[in-house]
Amino acid sequence: MSAETADTTLSHAAYDSKVEGNIIFTRLDAAINWMRKNSLWPMPMGLACCAIELMATGAARFDISRFGAEVMRFSPRQADVMIVSGTVTYKMALAVRRIWEQMPDPKWCIAMGACASSGGMYRSYAVLQGIDKLLPVDVYISGCPPRPEALLEGLMKLQRIIEGEKPIEEQIAGIREAQG
Amino acid sequence: MSRGTENGTSQGAEAGADASRLRKEFGRTKVREMREFRGEHTVVVKLGALKEVLSHCRMALGYDFLLDVSSVDNMGEDPRFEIVYELATLDDRKHLRLKAPVAEGEEVVSVVDLWKTANWHEREVYDMMGLRFTGHPNLKRILMWEGYPYHPLRKEFPLAGKPSEMPDVAFSGIAPLEGGPFVTSPGSDRVSGEPRAKGES
Repeated sequence: MSAETADTTLSHAAYDSKVEGNIIFTRLDAAINWMRKNSLWPMPMGLACCAIELMATGAARFDISRFGAEVMRFSPRQADVMIVSGTVTYKMALAVRRIWEQMPDPKWCIAMGACASSGGMYRSYAVLQGIDKLLPVDVYISGCPPRPEALLEGLMKLQRIIEGEKPIEEQIAGIREAQG
Repeated sequence: MSRGTENGTSQGAEAGADASRLRKEFGRTKVREMREFRGEHTVVVKLGALKEVLSHCRMALGYDFLLDVSSVDNMGEDPRFEIVYELATLDDRKHLRLKAPVAEGEEVVSVVDLWKTANWHEREVYDMMGLRFTGHPNLKRILMWEGYPYHPLRKEFPLAGKPSEMPDVAFSGIAPLEGGPFVTSPGSDRVSGEPRAKGES
Protein backbone atom coordinates (compact mmCIF):
# COMPACT_ATOMS: atom_id res chain seq x y z
CA MET A 1 0.00 0.00 0.00
CA SER A 2 1.52 3.31 -1.03
CA ALA A 3 1.73 6.21 1.38
CA GLU A 4 -0.68 8.25 -0.72
CA THR A 5 -3.56 5.73 -0.69
CA ALA A 6 -3.07 5.03 2.98
CA ASP A 7 -3.46 8.72 3.57
CA THR A 8 -6.71 9.03 1.63
CA THR A 9 -8.13 5.90 3.26
CA LEU A 10 -7.41 7.30 6.66
CA SER A 11 -8.96 10.63 5.93
CA HIS A 12 -12.22 8.99 4.73
CA ALA A 13 -12.37 6.00 7.06
CA ALA A 14 -14.72 6.00 9.98
CA TYR A 15 -11.78 5.22 12.19
CA ASP A 16 -9.77 7.70 14.12
CA SER A 17 -6.41 6.42 15.23
CA LYS A 18 -6.16 9.29 17.69
CA VAL A 19 -8.89 7.71 19.79
CA GLU A 20 -7.65 4.84 21.94
CA GLY A 21 -8.92 1.30 21.22
CA ASN A 22 -11.25 0.03 18.49
CA ILE A 23 -14.29 1.98 17.53
CA ILE A 24 -16.86 0.85 15.01
CA PHE A 25 -19.55 3.08 13.65
CA THR A 26 -22.88 1.39 13.03
CA ARG A 27 -26.61 1.88 13.48
CA LEU A 28 -27.86 1.54 17.04
CA ASP A 29 -30.50 -1.02 16.04
CA ALA A 30 -27.94 -3.18 14.29
CA ALA A 31 -25.69 -3.07 17.34
CA ILE A 32 -28.57 -3.96 19.66
CA ASN A 33 -29.63 -6.85 17.42
CA TRP A 34 -26.03 -8.08 17.33
CA MET A 35 -25.85 -8.02 21.11
CA ARG A 36 -29.20 -9.71 21.53
CA LYS A 37 -28.49 -12.53 19.14
CA ASN A 38 -25.19 -13.34 20.79
CA SER A 39 -26.45 -13.41 24.35
CA LEU A 40 -29.68 -15.37 24.16
CA TRP A 41 -30.43 -16.62 27.64
CA PRO A 42 -32.69 -19.66 27.37
CA MET A 43 -35.56 -20.55 29.64
CA PRO A 44 -35.30 -24.37 29.58
CA MET A 45 -38.91 -25.55 29.50
CA GLY A 46 -37.85 -29.19 29.70
CA LEU A 47 -40.93 -31.41 29.83
CA ALA A 48 -39.82 -34.75 28.39
CA CYS A 49 -36.98 -36.59 26.68
CA CYS A 50 -36.14 -33.59 24.45
CA ALA A 51 -34.86 -31.94 27.62
CA ILE A 52 -32.15 -34.60 27.81
CA GLU A 53 -30.94 -33.51 24.39
CA LEU A 54 -31.20 -29.90 25.54
CA MET A 55 -28.93 -30.76 28.46
CA ALA A 56 -26.53 -32.51 26.10
CA THR A 57 -26.50 -29.36 23.98
CA GLY A 58 -25.56 -27.38 27.05
CA ALA A 59 -22.77 -29.76 28.05
CA ALA A 60 -19.13 -29.73 26.93
CA ARG A 61 -19.33 -31.81 23.75
CA PHE A 62 -21.85 -29.63 21.93
CA ASP A 63 -21.27 -26.52 24.04
CA ILE A 64 -24.14 -24.14 23.47
CA SER A 65 -21.95 -21.33 24.85
CA ARG A 66 -20.30 -21.11 21.43
CA PHE A 67 -23.51 -19.30 20.47
CA GLY A 68 -23.79 -17.24 23.63
CA ALA A 69 -26.76 -19.19 24.93
CA GLU A 70 -25.18 -21.10 27.80
CA VAL A 71 -26.81 -19.05 30.55
CA MET A 72 -29.84 -21.23 31.26
CA ARG A 73 -32.12 -19.12 33.39
CA PHE A 74 -34.52 -20.88 35.69
CA SER A 75 -36.18 -17.57 36.38
CA PRO A 76 -38.32 -16.46 33.44
CA ARG A 77 -37.63 -12.83 34.32
CA GLN A 78 -34.02 -13.18 33.19
CA ALA A 79 -34.67 -15.25 30.08
CA ASP A 80 -34.82 -14.26 26.41
CA VAL A 81 -35.75 -17.46 24.60
CA MET A 82 -38.04 -20.21 25.81
CA ILE A 83 -36.97 -23.61 24.52
CA VAL A 84 -40.05 -25.79 24.85
CA SER A 85 -38.50 -29.24 24.84
CA GLY A 86 -41.01 -31.99 25.37
CA THR A 87 -44.64 -33.03 25.53
CA VAL A 88 -46.95 -30.28 26.68
CA THR A 89 -49.98 -31.74 28.40
CA TYR A 90 -53.10 -29.65 28.82
CA LYS A 91 -52.47 -29.65 32.54
CA MET A 92 -49.01 -28.16 31.97
CA ALA A 93 -50.09 -25.83 29.16
CA LEU A 94 -51.29 -23.04 31.40
CA ALA A 95 -48.09 -23.13 33.45
CA VAL A 96 -46.06 -22.85 30.23
CA ARG A 97 -48.20 -19.90 29.20
CA ARG A 98 -47.77 -18.24 32.57
CA ILE A 99 -43.98 -18.60 32.50
CA TRP A 100 -43.98 -17.23 28.95
CA GLU A 101 -45.90 -14.18 30.12
CA GLN A 102 -43.42 -13.65 32.95
CA MET A 103 -40.56 -13.37 30.46
CA PRO A 104 -39.73 -9.75 29.60
CA ASP A 105 -39.81 -8.51 26.01
CA PRO A 106 -38.09 -8.99 23.64
CA LYS A 107 -38.57 -12.75 23.81
CA TRP A 108 -38.50 -15.65 21.41
CA CYS A 109 -39.71 -19.22 21.45
CA ILE A 110 -38.20 -22.40 20.05
CA ALA A 111 -40.49 -25.44 19.73
CA MET A 112 -38.04 -28.28 20.10
CA GLY A 113 -39.09 -31.67 18.76
CA ALA A 114 -42.24 -33.27 17.43
CA CYS A 115 -44.32 -33.00 20.64
CA ALA A 116 -43.78 -29.30 21.20
CA SER A 117 -44.31 -28.58 17.49
CA SER A 118 -47.44 -30.65 16.85
CA GLY A 119 -48.24 -33.00 19.72
CA GLY A 120 -46.06 -35.64 18.09
CA MET A 121 -47.13 -39.21 18.58
CA TYR A 122 -49.44 -38.23 21.44
CA ARG A 123 -52.75 -37.98 19.63
CA SER A 124 -54.46 -38.03 22.95
CA TYR A 125 -57.07 -36.35 25.11
CA ALA A 126 -54.34 -35.21 27.49
CA VAL A 127 -51.80 -33.55 25.18
CA LEU A 128 -51.78 -30.08 23.64
CA GLN A 129 -51.39 -30.51 19.88
CA GLY A 130 -48.55 -28.06 19.36
CA ILE A 131 -47.27 -25.25 21.55
CA ASP A 132 -48.14 -22.75 18.80
CA LYS A 133 -51.75 -23.01 19.93
CA LEU A 134 -50.59 -21.20 23.06
CA LEU A 135 -47.55 -19.01 22.23
CA PRO A 136 -45.98 -17.49 19.12
CA VAL A 137 -43.23 -19.83 17.94
CA ASP A 138 -40.20 -18.50 16.04
CA VAL A 139 -38.39 -21.73 15.21
CA TYR A 140 -39.68 -25.31 14.97
CA ILE A 141 -37.18 -28.14 15.24
CA SER A 142 -38.12 -31.55 13.86
CA GLY A 143 -36.99 -34.79 15.45
CA CYS A 144 -38.05 -37.15 18.18
CA PRO A 145 -35.98 -36.05 19.97
CA PRO A 146 -33.81 -33.79 17.77
CA ARG A 147 -30.06 -34.24 18.02
CA PRO A 148 -28.10 -31.45 19.73
CA GLU A 149 -26.84 -30.37 16.30
CA ALA A 150 -30.46 -29.78 15.27
CA LEU A 151 -31.08 -27.61 18.31
CA LEU A 152 -27.95 -25.61 17.54
CA GLU A 153 -29.12 -25.24 13.94
CA GLY A 154 -32.44 -23.96 15.28
CA LEU A 155 -30.63 -21.54 17.55
CA MET A 156 -28.58 -20.25 14.60
CA LYS A 157 -31.80 -19.81 12.60
CA LEU A 158 -33.21 -17.79 15.48
CA GLN A 159 -30.03 -15.70 15.54
CA ARG A 160 -30.53 -14.96 11.86
CA ILE A 161 -34.12 -13.88 12.60
CA ILE A 162 -32.97 -11.56 15.38
CA GLU A 163 -30.20 -10.17 13.18
CA GLY A 164 -32.76 -9.01 10.65
CA GLU A 165 -35.22 -7.55 13.11
CA LYS A 166 -36.32 -4.02 12.34
CA PRO A 167 -36.17 -1.13 14.75
CA ILE A 168 -39.19 -0.79 17.00
CA GLU A 169 -40.45 2.38 15.25
CA GLU A 170 -40.44 0.59 11.90
CA GLN A 171 -42.19 -2.41 13.41
CA ILE A 172 -44.92 -0.23 14.89
CA ALA A 173 -45.27 1.68 11.61
CA GLY A 174 -45.61 -1.65 9.80
CA ILE A 175 -48.34 -2.82 12.16
CA ARG A 176 -50.20 0.52 11.77
CA GLU A 177 -49.97 0.23 7.99
CA ALA A 178 -51.30 -3.32 8.07
CA GLN A 179 -54.24 -2.19 10.20
CA GLY A 180 -54.94 0.56 7.65
CA MET B 1 -45.95 -63.88 37.21
CA SER B 2 -43.25 -66.11 35.83
CA ARG B 3 -44.55 -69.51 34.88
CA GLY B 4 -42.60 -72.67 35.55
CA THR B 5 -39.96 -71.10 37.76
CA GLU B 6 -39.67 -72.36 41.29
CA ASN B 7 -40.67 -68.99 42.69
CA GLY B 8 -43.73 -68.71 40.43
CA THR B 9 -44.99 -72.14 41.42
CA SER B 10 -44.64 -71.59 45.16
CA GLN B 11 -46.22 -68.16 44.85
CA GLY B 12 -49.16 -69.75 43.09
CA ALA B 13 -49.48 -72.51 45.66
CA GLU B 14 -49.54 -70.12 48.61
CA ALA B 15 -52.00 -67.73 46.96
CA GLY B 16 -54.21 -70.67 45.97
CA ALA B 17 -54.31 -71.85 49.57
CA ASP B 18 -55.23 -68.31 50.65
CA ALA B 19 -58.04 -68.18 48.08
CA SER B 20 -59.49 -71.40 49.54
CA ARG B 21 -59.15 -69.93 53.02
CA LEU B 22 -61.11 -66.86 51.96
CA ARG B 23 -63.88 -69.03 50.51
CA LYS B 24 -64.05 -71.04 53.75
CA GLU B 25 -64.05 -67.95 55.94
CA PHE B 26 -66.63 -65.90 54.02
CA GLY B 27 -68.72 -68.45 52.14
CA ARG B 28 -70.14 -68.56 48.64
CA THR B 29 -72.30 -65.44 48.82
CA LYS B 30 -69.40 -63.17 49.66
CA VAL B 31 -66.56 -64.91 47.82
CA ARG B 32 -68.31 -65.70 44.57
CA GLU B 33 -65.67 -67.16 42.37
CA MET B 34 -62.10 -68.46 42.44
CA ARG B 35 -60.07 -68.56 39.25
CA GLU B 36 -56.62 -69.81 38.44
CA PHE B 37 -54.74 -68.98 35.27
CA ARG B 38 -51.08 -69.94 34.78
CA GLY B 39 -50.43 -69.93 38.50
CA GLU B 40 -52.18 -66.62 39.13
CA HIS B 41 -55.09 -66.70 41.54
CA THR B 42 -58.07 -64.40 41.28
CA VAL B 43 -60.91 -64.15 43.77
CA VAL B 44 -64.15 -62.43 42.79
CA VAL B 45 -65.85 -60.85 45.77
CA LYS B 46 -69.26 -59.26 46.30
CA LEU B 47 -68.85 -55.48 46.47
CA GLY B 48 -70.59 -55.26 49.86
CA ALA B 49 -68.11 -57.71 51.38
CA LEU B 50 -65.04 -56.25 49.73
CA LYS B 51 -63.78 -54.29 52.71
CA GLU B 52 -64.00 -57.16 55.18
CA VAL B 53 -62.34 -59.59 52.77
CA LEU B 54 -59.51 -57.14 52.05
CA SER B 55 -59.17 -56.43 55.75
CA HIS B 56 -58.88 -60.17 56.41
CA CYS B 57 -56.19 -60.43 53.72
CA ARG B 58 -54.23 -57.61 55.32
CA MET B 59 -54.61 -58.62 58.97
CA ALA B 60 -54.87 -62.41 58.96
CA LEU B 61 -53.23 -63.55 55.72
CA GLY B 62 -50.29 -61.15 55.80
CA TYR B 63 -50.76 -59.30 52.50
CA ASP B 64 -48.87 -56.21 53.63
CA PHE B 65 -48.24 -54.83 50.14
CA LEU B 66 -50.92 -53.41 47.84
CA LEU B 67 -49.36 -53.40 44.37
CA ASP B 68 -52.15 -51.73 42.46
CA VAL B 69 -55.78 -50.75 42.40
CA SER B 70 -57.28 -50.57 38.94
CA SER B 71 -60.66 -50.70 37.28
CA VAL B 72 -62.20 -52.24 34.18
CA ASP B 73 -65.05 -50.83 32.09
CA ASN B 74 -67.14 -53.66 30.62
CA MET B 75 -69.52 -51.36 28.78
CA GLY B 76 -72.79 -53.01 27.84
CA GLU B 77 -72.64 -55.48 30.71
CA ASP B 78 -74.38 -55.24 34.03
CA PRO B 79 -72.76 -54.44 36.42
CA ARG B 80 -70.67 -52.24 34.18
CA PHE B 81 -67.44 -51.77 36.12
CA GLU B 82 -65.02 -54.00 37.92
CA ILE B 83 -62.47 -52.95 40.53
CA VAL B 84 -59.26 -54.92 40.82
CA TYR B 85 -56.85 -55.17 43.76
CA GLU B 86 -53.39 -56.68 43.38
CA LEU B 87 -52.19 -57.93 46.75
CA ALA B 88 -48.71 -59.15 47.55
CA THR B 89 -46.26 -59.50 50.38
CA LEU B 90 -43.10 -57.48 50.77
CA ASP B 91 -40.94 -60.63 50.62
CA ASP B 92 -42.61 -61.57 47.29
CA ARG B 93 -43.86 -64.85 48.74
CA LYS B 94 -47.36 -64.72 47.31
CA HIS B 95 -49.55 -62.68 45.01
CA LEU B 96 -53.35 -62.61 45.03
CA ARG B 97 -55.81 -60.70 42.87
CA LEU B 98 -59.21 -59.59 44.14
CA LYS B 99 -61.98 -58.36 41.91
CA ALA B 100 -65.42 -56.95 42.64
CA PRO B 101 -68.15 -55.92 40.20
CA VAL B 102 -69.34 -52.32 40.56
CA ALA B 103 -72.60 -51.10 39.02
CA GLU B 104 -72.96 -47.57 37.71
CA GLY B 105 -73.56 -45.14 40.58
CA GLU B 106 -72.31 -47.57 43.22
CA GLU B 107 -69.51 -46.47 45.52
CA VAL B 108 -66.55 -48.55 46.64
CA VAL B 109 -65.34 -48.49 50.23
CA SER B 110 -61.86 -46.99 50.48
CA VAL B 111 -59.01 -49.11 51.81
CA VAL B 112 -56.69 -46.22 52.64
CA ASP B 113 -56.85 -47.26 56.31
CA LEU B 114 -55.47 -50.71 55.39
CA TRP B 115 -52.81 -49.68 52.87
CA LYS B 116 -51.75 -46.04 52.69
CA THR B 117 -50.68 -46.47 49.09
CA ALA B 118 -54.35 -46.93 48.18
CA ASN B 119 -54.76 -43.16 48.52
CA TRP B 120 -53.26 -42.27 45.14
CA HIS B 121 -54.40 -45.48 43.44
CA GLU B 122 -58.00 -44.75 44.34
CA ARG B 123 -57.67 -41.15 43.23
CA GLU B 124 -56.45 -42.39 39.86
CA VAL B 125 -59.37 -44.80 39.54
CA TYR B 126 -61.73 -41.94 40.40
CA ASP B 127 -60.04 -39.59 37.94
CA MET B 128 -59.87 -41.98 35.00
CA MET B 129 -62.99 -44.15 35.48
CA GLY B 130 -65.23 -42.08 37.71
CA LEU B 131 -65.71 -44.64 40.47
CA ARG B 132 -66.12 -42.93 43.83
CA PHE B 133 -64.68 -44.19 47.12
CA THR B 134 -66.45 -43.72 50.43
CA GLY B 135 -64.19 -42.87 53.33
CA HIS B 136 -61.33 -41.61 51.15
CA PRO B 137 -59.53 -38.74 52.93
CA ASN B 138 -58.84 -36.67 49.80
CA LEU B 139 -60.85 -37.84 46.81
CA LYS B 140 -59.90 -35.43 44.03
CA ARG B 141 -58.43 -35.86 40.58
CA ILE B 142 -54.78 -36.79 40.39
CA LEU B 143 -53.84 -36.71 36.67
CA MET B 144 -56.39 -34.39 35.11
CA TRP B 145 -57.16 -31.05 36.74
CA GLU B 146 -59.92 -30.49 39.24
CA GLY B 147 -62.93 -29.38 37.20
CA TYR B 148 -62.24 -31.46 34.07
CA PRO B 149 -65.69 -32.71 33.12
CA TYR B 150 -64.94 -36.25 31.84
CA HIS B 151 -63.45 -39.56 32.94
CA PRO B 152 -61.17 -40.39 30.01
CA LEU B 153 -60.74 -44.15 30.41
CA ARG B 154 -64.45 -44.89 30.15
CA LYS B 155 -65.32 -46.71 26.94
CA GLU B 156 -67.63 -44.01 25.60
CA PHE B 157 -64.86 -41.41 25.79
CA PRO B 158 -63.10 -40.96 22.43
CA LEU B 159 -59.32 -41.39 22.31
CA ALA B 160 -58.94 -38.01 20.63
CA GLY B 161 -60.54 -36.33 23.64
CA LYS B 162 -63.32 -33.79 23.97
CA PRO B 163 -63.09 -30.03 24.11
CA SER B 164 -63.43 -28.44 27.53
CA GLU B 165 -62.70 -25.02 28.94
CA MET B 166 -61.92 -23.87 32.45
CA PRO B 167 -60.74 -20.25 32.34
CA ASP B 168 -57.33 -19.72 34.01
CA VAL B 169 -57.04 -23.40 34.96
CA ALA B 170 -56.88 -25.49 31.82
CA PHE B 171 -58.56 -26.28 28.53
CA SER B 172 -58.57 -29.27 26.21
CA GLY B 173 -59.26 -29.93 22.55
CA ILE B 174 -59.69 -32.76 20.07
CA ALA B 175 -56.50 -34.39 18.79
CA PRO B 176 -56.33 -35.00 15.01
CA LEU B 177 -56.10 -38.75 14.49
CA GLU B 178 -55.89 -38.75 10.65
CA GLY B 179 -57.74 -42.02 10.21
CA GLY B 180 -56.33 -43.57 13.38
CA PRO B 181 -55.94 -44.85 15.99
CA PHE B 182 -53.60 -47.48 14.56
CA VAL B 183 -54.05 -50.57 16.68
CA THR B 184 -53.69 -54.32 16.49
CA SER B 185 -56.79 -56.47 16.64
CA PRO B 186 -56.87 -59.71 18.62
CA GLY B 187 -57.64 -62.81 16.61
CA SER B 188 -56.17 -66.02 15.28
CA ASP B 189 -55.35 -64.63 11.83
CA ARG B 190 -51.98 -62.87 11.88
CA VAL B 191 -52.66 -60.77 8.78
CA SER B 192 -55.92 -59.28 10.05
CA GLY B 193 -54.25 -58.76 13.41
CA GLU B 194 -51.70 -56.32 11.98
CA PRO B 195 -51.98 -52.69 13.12
CA ARG B 196 -54.61 -50.91 11.07
CA ALA B 197 -56.37 -47.57 11.17
CA LYS B 198 -59.64 -47.93 13.02
CA GLY B 199 -61.12 -44.91 11.28
CA GLU B 200 -62.62 -43.56 14.47
CA SER B 201 -61.44 -39.98 13.96
